[in-house]
Amino acid sequence: MSTPGDAVERVFREQYGRAVAVLVRLLGDIDLAEEAVQEAFVTAVDRWPAAGVPPSPAGWIITTARNKAIDRLRREATRDARHAQSQLLHAPGRGLEEEDTVRDDQLRLVFTCCHPSLAPTAQVALALRLLGGLTTREIADAFLLPEATVAQRISRAKAKIRQARIPYRVPAAAELPERLPAVLAVVYLVFNEGYAASSGDTLVRPDLCADAVRLGRLLADLLPEQEEVVGLLALMLLTQARRPARTTADGRLVPLGEQDRAAWDAALVEEGQALVRWCLARDRPGPYQLQAAIAAVHSAARTGRDTDWAAILGLYDRLLALAPTPVVALNRAVALAEVAGPAAALAVVDRLELLGFHVLHAVRADLLRRLGRRGEAAQEYERAIALAGNAAERAFLQGRRAEAAAADE
Amino acid sequence: MAHYLLSVIEPVGPTPPAEFLEPIMARIGEVNAEIRAAGAWVYAGGLHGGETATMVLARDGDVVTTDGPFAEGKEHLGGISIVDAPDLDAALGWARKLVDASGLSIEVRPFRYSET
Repeated sequence: MSTPGDAVERVFREQYGRAVAVLVRLLGDIDLAEEAVQEAFVTAVDRWPAAGVPPSPAGWIITTARNKAIDRLRREATRDARHAQSQLLHAPGRGLEEEDTVRDDQLRLVFTCCHPSLAPTAQVALALRLLGGLTTREIADAFLLPEATVAQRISRAKAKIRQARIPYRVPAAAELPERLPAVLAVVYLVFNEGYAASSGDTLVRPDLCADAVRLGRLLADLLPEQEEVVGLLALMLLTQARRPARTTADGRLVPLGEQDRAAWDAALVEEGQALVRWCLARDRPGPYQLQAAIAAVHSAARTGRDTDWAAILGLYDRLLALAPTPVVALNRAVALAEVAGPAAALAVVDRLELLGFHVLHAVRADLLRRLGRRGEAAQEYERAIALAGNAAERAFLQGRRAEAAAADE
Repeated sequence: MAHYLLSVIEPVGPTPPAEFLEPIMARIGEVNAEIRAAGAWVYAGGLHGGETATMVLARDGDVVTTDGPFAEGKEHLGGISIVDAPDLDAALGWARKLVDASGLSIEVRPFRYSET
């Protein structure tokens, strides 16, 4: 049974970013917009339990926030700038909640948060704050940073937006190729931090994944003709679909090949695959689309053994050509091991300059184990365990090391 | 509109030969003409090397004059432009054109206040 309190909580999660985006347009000031929206939610907590949840909760929040802002500006209207702002709010013809306007407002705010003149760390924090409605504490917890650090990053970024006059606007089509990658990178970073936390005890932080998927859906909604935007959403959906099978009930990690595919979220798989098909039809592959296509091939196999590794290797070849990074090369080597055998893959892995990256040592350990070089495998598992920051990943690697050692005896 | 300082950062060292420098100066001239035509022009100028700099310092309630640039480095401030722009993106647009023309790096900063 959901209570009005739950409703406020849910509306806050879903609508905070929309409301802030609309108010930023009306006020031209992020801090004022946030304060007004927060005041509106405080009022909702007061009123909704007695009066019931209004028919359009989002509209109610936006209208209430606007009125709060008008009140505040009136109180401060002696100051010219405030006066001008208050006039702005009364100006006719400014729609408050038409769907298209709200979307445009949100898109403008995404690009503002991800402006290249803001530090990447600030971009992530600001996007989570303004678009995802996360509190400073929640962002700090998610990235294992002191709350004061996150608060400082956000307030500095807001000050720079104000003082340097970073505009609230969607870049022109000609600028998109330069500006969009930062936006997509921020969203994917949020998703990855949620999916494989770089540290901490639990492997997955579902709320971060949900926030990233929500941002991804928003972007795909707003920029439906951008293949990489659609590709990123597909990639996140197909990855998210595996979550129920990714850990055992007691929190142990289950590798992709051993996951119970019946437990995958079929609706997410279907949606992700449809988006990948749309991308394939457009035939303008980029890194996110190719990764999504790889995830789609995995999702199409009924069991790990049925995986079409040749198709995956072909996709990795194309990905490596577009994004020749050691991490892509490492992932390609995993596919190569399935197609050409562990020795061929080991030769590739041994040439990679990724020492210190625990996944490299884990992959190398696995290849050595499959080649029967158990002593070396155990040493590589040791290195991987020492470098893994996440407790669930460490436990998984310790299990593998124990298996390798047992097979030795 | 707001004023932005575009600081041109250049490597410390001898002045490049004329045949190298002239086409660059010509391209910068074209960009400056474009800035004027757009009504964004406030001021621009190039600087002599850091070895020509003199520091006037506040020391213990006194004013002391000494030799030298404020900071020694591999790069130094080679010149400045000041533009009047509606927002940061517009100022960055001019900076980008000047970088394209000169091959040098530029720091863009908004003025806190200005007197004219």
